[in-house]
This record gives sequence, C-alpha cells and structure tokens, in this order.
Amino acid sequence: MFGWEFPPKIYGGLAVASYGITKGLSLQGDVETTFCMPKPTGQEEKFLKIINMSQVPVVWRDVWYDYIKDRFVGHTAEDYYRFRDHLYADFNYLQGLDDMGCIGFAGGYPGNLHEEINNFSIIAGVLARSEQFDLIHAHDWLTYPAGVHAKMVSGKPLCIHVHATDFDRSRGKVNPTVYSIEKNGMDHADCIMCVSELTRQTVIHQYHQDPRKCVAMHNAVYPLDEEIRNIVPNKKKGEKVVTYLGRITMQKGPEYFLEAAKRVLERSRNIRFCFAGSGDMMNAMIELAASYGIADRCHFPGFQRGKQVYECYKNSDVFVMPSVSEPFGIAPLEAMQCGCPSIISKQSGCGEILRNVIKVDYWDIDAMADAIYSICQYDALHDYLAEEGMKEVDQITWEKVGLRIRECYNQLTSRGWFDNGDYLNAVKNI
Amino acid sequence: MVNKMMKTICLYFEIHQPIHLKRYRFFDIGTDHYYYDDYENERVINELFEKSYKPALQTMLDMIEENGKAFKVAFSISGVSLELIEQYAPEMLELLGRLAATGCVEFLAEPYSHGLSSLAGPENFVAETKRQAKKIKQLFGQSPKVFRNSSLIYDDEIGAIVADMGFKGVMVEGAKHILGWKSPHYIYSCAQDSRLSLILRDYKLSDDIGLRFNDASWSEYPLMADKWLSWVAALPEGENVVGIMMELAALGYYQPLGSHILDFLRALPMLAKDMGIQFATPSEVLAKNKPVSPLEVTYPVSWNDEERDTSSLLGNGMQREAFNKLYDENIVGRILACRDRRIQQDWDRLQATDNFRFMTTKNNGMGNNRGIYDNEYDAFTNYMNILGDFLKRVKDMFPDTVENDELNSLYTQIANMGEELNIKDNEISRLRARLKKLGSPEEEAPKEEEPAKKAEPKPKAKPAAKKPEVKKPEVKKAPAKSQRKTAEEKVKAEPKKVPAKKAEPKAKPAPKKAPAKKK
Repeated sequence: MFGWEFPPKIYGGLAVASYGITKGLSLQGDVETTFCMPKPTGQEEKFLKIINMSQVPVVWRDVWYDYIKDRFVGHTAEDYYRFRDHLYADFNYLQGLDDMGCIGFAGGYPGNLHEEINNFSIIAGVLARSEQFDLIHAHDWLTYPAGVHAKMVSGKPLCIHVHATDFDRSRGKVNPTVYSIEKNGMDHADCIMCVSELTRQTVIHQYHQDPRKCVAMHNAVYPLDEEIRNIVPNKKKGEKVVTYLGRITMQKGPEYFLEAAKRVLERSRNIRFCFAGSGDMMNAMIELAASYGIADRCHFPGFQRGKQVYECYKNSDVFVMPSVSEPFGIAPLEAMQCGCPSIISKQSGCGEILRNVIKVDYWDIDAMADAIYSICQYDALHDYLAEEGMKEVDQITWEKVGLRIRECYNQLTSRGWFDNGDYLNAVKNI
Repeated sequence: MVNKMMKTICLYFEIHQPIHLKRYRFFDIGTDHYYYDDYENERVINELFEKSYKPALQTMLDMIEENGKAFKVAFSISGVSLELIEQYAPEMLELLGRLAATGCVEFLAEPYSHGLSSLAGPENFVAETKRQAKKIKQLFGQSPKVFRNSSLIYDDEIGAIVADMGFKGVMVEGAKHILGWKSPHYIYSCAQDSRLSLILRDYKLSDDIGLRFNDASWSEYPLMADKWLSWVAALPEGENVVGIMMELAALGYYQPLGSHILDFLRALPMLAKDMGIQFATPSEVLAKNKPVSPLEVTYPVSWNDEERDTSSLLGNGMQREAFNKLYDENIVGRILACRDRRIQQDWDRLQATDNFRFMTTKNNGMGNNRGIYDNEYDAFTNYMNILGDFLKRVKDMFPDTVENDELNSLYTQIANMGEELNIKDNEISRLRARLKKLGSPEEEAPKEEEPAKKAEPKPKAKPAAKKPEVKKPEVKKAPAKSQRKTAEEKVKAEPKKVPAKKAEPKAKPAPKKAPAKKK
C-alpha cells in the first residue's frame, strides 16, 4: 500500500482514512499490509509493516551493518540490504542522496511536491522488485505514479483509492499537471475505489473511466477513545456555538458559512460562530466578518489537532460543513459521534450514507441560516439529531469498509480483472 | 329498506387536502404573516378535482340514479379543504350539493382543521367539531349525526367527548390490536359512554380498493367487482356490517383512472343486489344494528401505517415538540377567546395533521410524501418558523399578565352586555310603538321622544346606559368582582371591543328616557 500520511502525524483527512482502511483490513487476520510512506515518525501503531521511503536505497552504497542498524525508522536494516540487492538503474544524478544512497523526504506537502512524487515513484520501483505481494493499493494522487510503476514492474493488479480529485480542490479549474497524474493513475488501475458516489461520478465523467471498474467505497469512523468520550463540554448557558472545522479554503466554502452567520446574527445575538482551522482564505474571512460587523461573534481559533478537535465538537451546538465539493468529509461523522448535530452541503459525499443530518445546497445560504437557527432555537430538533445521529454513526465502522475492500481484493487477485457485477452482489450482503 | 340480516356495506370517503405552507425562513418571523403557498394549493386542488373528485363524484351521482337509490355513501370533508374547494374548485360544491339532494348521501362531522385537537383537550376539539358541523349544515343542509376524527384517531376518552357532543356514532379503525379476537363486522359501543356506537373500518377490504387496486404485483390483481363482493359475501353469518373507508383521492388519484377503478365502483351496486348485499349510510347502519359489546381502546388508534397508531404523527421528539407548542393550554385559551378572524383561520390551517405527517421519521416502506419539503428536518424547521410567528401574534394580542380565565370572563361580560342590549333595544322599540299609539292624542309625548330618537342612531351609547343592570349576570360568570376594574382597563386596550369607559358619561341620559317612556 502506498500512502502519504499516517497517524499520528495528521495533515488532513487522508491520514485518518489510511489508518481506518488498514486497521479494518488487519482485523480480518489474513491480510498482511505493508504501508509505504515518505516519512514515518516511528510512533505508528504496529499492526502493519511500515516502510520508510526515505530509507530505501536507490543507489548502491557500501555501508556497514553496525554503522546503520540503529538509524531506521519503520523498516529494519535487513530490509535495507534486501532493497539494495534490487537496484534497477543508476540514480547517482539525483540531488539529495544521503550516505545510505537514499532520497530524503521532507514529509507533508512541501513546495517541491512534484519532485517528491517523482522520487517516491523511483523508490517504488525498488520495492516492487524486492517485495512479495499480491496487490498494490495506492492512496490519493501523490502515490499514483508509484502504484503505476510498481504495477509495471510486478504485473500485479493495481487498486487506487480516490480520496479527492483535483476537480474538488479547485472548483473545476484543474491543474493540468495534477490532472495528468490522476488520469494516468486511473487509466492504469484495475480498480478505482472512490470515497463516495459523487467522486465516482467525477471519476467516470471527468476522467473518462470505465464505470465497471469504479466502486464507491465510503469512509467510516472509529469509535471514540475513553479519554475523548470523557471530555466534559464547557458550554455557557444561554449561548450557542456553531462550528466550522476544516481548512479555510475555497473548496470548503467558508464564505457561505459566514454569510449564513450574518443572517442568523441579524435575528439572534446569542450565537457564536467558530471557524476552527487555518488556510489561504482565513485572512479574507476575518476581514469579511469585520466588514459585516459580526467580528465579535466570529472566532478564529486556528488549526486544531488531536484532542482539541473533539473538544471543539463537544463544545458546539451545531457543526456546519458547507463544502462546495467534498469527496467524502469525515468531519460531520466525528461531530455526530460527539453528539453534535451536523449541517452538511448536498455536495458532500458523506451525505450519501448519512440520514440524520440536515443537508442544504452550499450556495443556499438562506436554508443554511434557517437550519442553524432552528437547531439553536428548537431543542427538540437538536436533541433528536444528536441522539439519532450518534446511533447512526456508530453503525458506520471501518470493519465493514474493510470487508468491502477485501471483497474487491478477492475479485482482483483471483481474476486479475475486476468484474463489477459480481462484486456488487457480493457487497450488498455486507 | 335496510334489511337487518343482509350484509351491509357502509361506504365512506374522506375528502381532505391540507393547505400547503410556503417556504418560511426564520428571518420572516415577525415580518411576514402570510404562510401559504397559493400556487401549490391551487395546483393540488385542481389536479385532484380534475383527476379524482370530479369523475368520482359524478360516477356516484350516476350510480344513485341508475340504482334507484340503492347505493349509499358517506363523506366527511374537513373545514380547511372546504375553504380550499370554495376558493379554487367551487364546481365541486355543486356536485356535492346534488349528491346531498339525492338523500343517499350522508355527511359526517370531523374537526374543522383535520388536526390533532382530540388528543390535546376537549375545549378546542368540541369547538372545532361544532364549527365543522355548522358549515356542513350551511352548505348541504344536513346536520351530521356521526363523527369521524382526523385520520380516524380514536380512544375511549375521545369517544366520551364525542358522545357528550350528541353524536350517535363514530368511525374507528378496525385495528387488530384493539379488536383482538373480535370481528370488525359488528357494531360496538364506546367503553366509557354506551350512547356512542362504533363503526369499524375493515382495513383489509378497504385497502384492497384504496391501496392495492392497481398493484400489478398483488396476487389478486386485477381486482374485479364480483371477486371483491364475493369476499364480503363469504363473511360468516352475523357479521353484517362492513365499513369500507378511504380517501376519495384513492379513486382516480392514488389509483389512476386508467386502472378502471370507477368502473369497478360502478359495478358494485348491481352485483351486490344479486348477491344480497346492500349499501347503507352510517346513520342507517346504526339505526338497524345495536352494539354487541363495548370496545375498550386505551391508546389512540388511527388508520395510519401498519401500526395503526399515532406514531406517524407524534412518533418523534420533533413532532411532539411541535404538538406541545401548538396546543399549549395558554395559547389555545387565547385563540378560542379572541375574535380575530385571521388568527383563527391560521390556527385551523396550522393544525392539519399533514403538517405533522411531513415530519415523520418512520420508514413505512411506501415512501413518504413530504409536500414541498426535502426531509423531516426541513418540514420541522419550516413549520416551527411559521408556528413561531403565529404564536408571537397570539401572544401580542393580549398582555402576558392576563390569565385565560380572566380573558374569558371579559369576553363573556362583553357577550352578555350585547345580549342585554338586544333585549333593551327590542324593549325600546316595543315601548316606542306603544307610545305612538297612546301618545297621538297627547301632545307632550313627541317632545320627550326627541332626545330618545337622537340617542338611537348611536348604538354604542346604549350599552353603557344599561351597564348598571348588566352587572347581575356578569357576576355569575366572572370569577371575582375585584377583577372587573382591571378587566375594564384591559378592554380599553382591545380595539374591537366595546369601549367601556366611553360609555359611562353617557349613562346619565338613560334613566331619563326610561321614566319618560313609561308614561
């Protein structure tokens, strides 16, 4: 499995989804996952094997075992020597090679991302030659080239997981380089797992893929830890908190949330609006709030991580995700786990599997304002959504997703070609 | 005509369409007091009329003519739909009028609003039902004798209230869980008041027509009149009353005209005659059949869904919240007390059960028609916004500090004063007439009459004139004398009420008049 993020280092939804999928698969007992990522921290959970791509050699260096044995994060020195036996070309021209013949990764999303993606793919060639596996699973476009490379080398089926497309990120104005990488990956894939039907349609229509190899594979959530469940909300009486949580960027539609906030505040002043997150539009939003004269009611606490996220949900009365285009959107599920009613845009993939949320069009700020106001105003609605939402989201588990993915794997490995018809019949019963 | 031993079909149709609410955002609260989607209302009622009501009623009219009045049918029409029909499809009233004139059609009483008032308390429920009965009498010249509640909601307490109103019978869903081993084909009596008889709906035979008629996957499809009647005829001996109840819209709308449902209906009376089955109106059924035993219904039943209870109307927290807000004791008292036409009309329209049905979260397997709403939350939000505005208007009518009892006593006071005035007016004109007769020989009389005449065109002056005398009846109904002072002050605040203080200074001329006329 090729991935870019994995907990505990979380940049966005991708890490959480990667964790869920691998965990869900690992619970089946007979699936052995090797997760290749650019820069692990060493604190990852041990249910799967992690390969640290920045410590896989691409050029031969004569290094002593004693010299390197303690330096590995992720895989071991033995793995290193095995990889070194499978070098396939001379990459001495590459910049940034270290004394072990490896290419370093900055991790995350640095400025030279395209270069890193390329390097990632080069290393994948080494891995594909040295490892034994039945199937390749690549998460998100950053790892598609690696997946394609590995497939070319090994001839094993490639399954790619579309967590987002560039159409979602850019509101239709795609970056041609990114698009070409995505398109190439999809063209070579034997199975395309999309996180929602919405994304599946994008993949089919914008990337011209065969519908038979596209599958909607909705995300799920993990049950909350004891520690998080025990967070006691710190709510002020008579005041309601409405929360937006996510990057403050065009894709997530924060300005619609602000417009709705303005309408709500015209009617009722005892509601606070919290924009948790950071992003390129943050300053613009602060300015806009000030120009509307509602800056005293809008709060920008910045990026939230780990436990803070759950504290944020617990202290909120309403969670809003006004995304313009959201492939899945795991946040509302997490909010519902914390008993916080959610309002999501109809353009969000998670809406396909959720019933006990309020869905509005992202541009319909009147409807959004109305929904926010009524949840704050009518306790019956709030309580109903909180209670039923929690029950509903408890049923959406990674175990079930793992079983569905496994079903896909079985099809891929037994036939080498993906047959959607049988697959659909098989997963219906899960 | 109605033979006691023959199997009797008691056919009854509900005619109801809610007045659809428009999209109402919370920022409209307090600024916009018009809640209805006129376009949708007109569209729906016209569509129903053209597709269903008109052909169905016309067919029934023909059937009555063809069969020499052997075909009997009953209707109940909610007050709110009558308003809709009056406004958008007046043709239908004419059709119904012609049906009423045949003498083969009975009209039933139901709550005016087609709402849940029966579950909220007797006050409003009784008032609504009487209003509905009055309207039916006005339009069709019949005073309803039999009652049916909205969605056939019934329990023992409702039965007792209905009996107290003087109705002889009530239509009840023949639900398995209230009947147990008993058969729905007998007449039962209310467990709390034996004066009231229950006619039970046979849901199987009713739904065969209303629900499954056009369902090609149903094992009995296609349903023919003789097949259906043979099921009725095959009922065990003694089980003589078959209550067939459905919405009129089932004929032609839910079951499209193309399914030949009207031909099915048309064929019934003739075939029934051959098979020894007759039709009867609910009143005729009750006249011929005595209740076999009391039927206890502890929890409300209705004809909704498989559960046949009120869960599709009041099953979730949102519906109960809306219900409690709508039927808040304080509010109901105020609305009943007020004389504001628009408030009362809005109140009728907001009560309709459909508003609650739109909020259901139950999965009944048939899909829910939610009107203009996307989902239950949308329905709840919109309804609560409208309700918020409506309740605010009701509260604004009277200051918060006024108790409902107090308001009531004020209103009875005003009503009593009005009555007294009428009596006095009559008295005055009677005396004046006598005075003319007597006074023509005398010359003094006309002089004294003049001031009286001047007073006449100002009717408002008189109420006060009699005020001192009015006090006696007041005391009976007003809870305490001490209230009167505050009461008078509050009356001043009300624009439409008789101004009490204005009247007082003019109280003086009155005593002069009275002795003058006695001469």
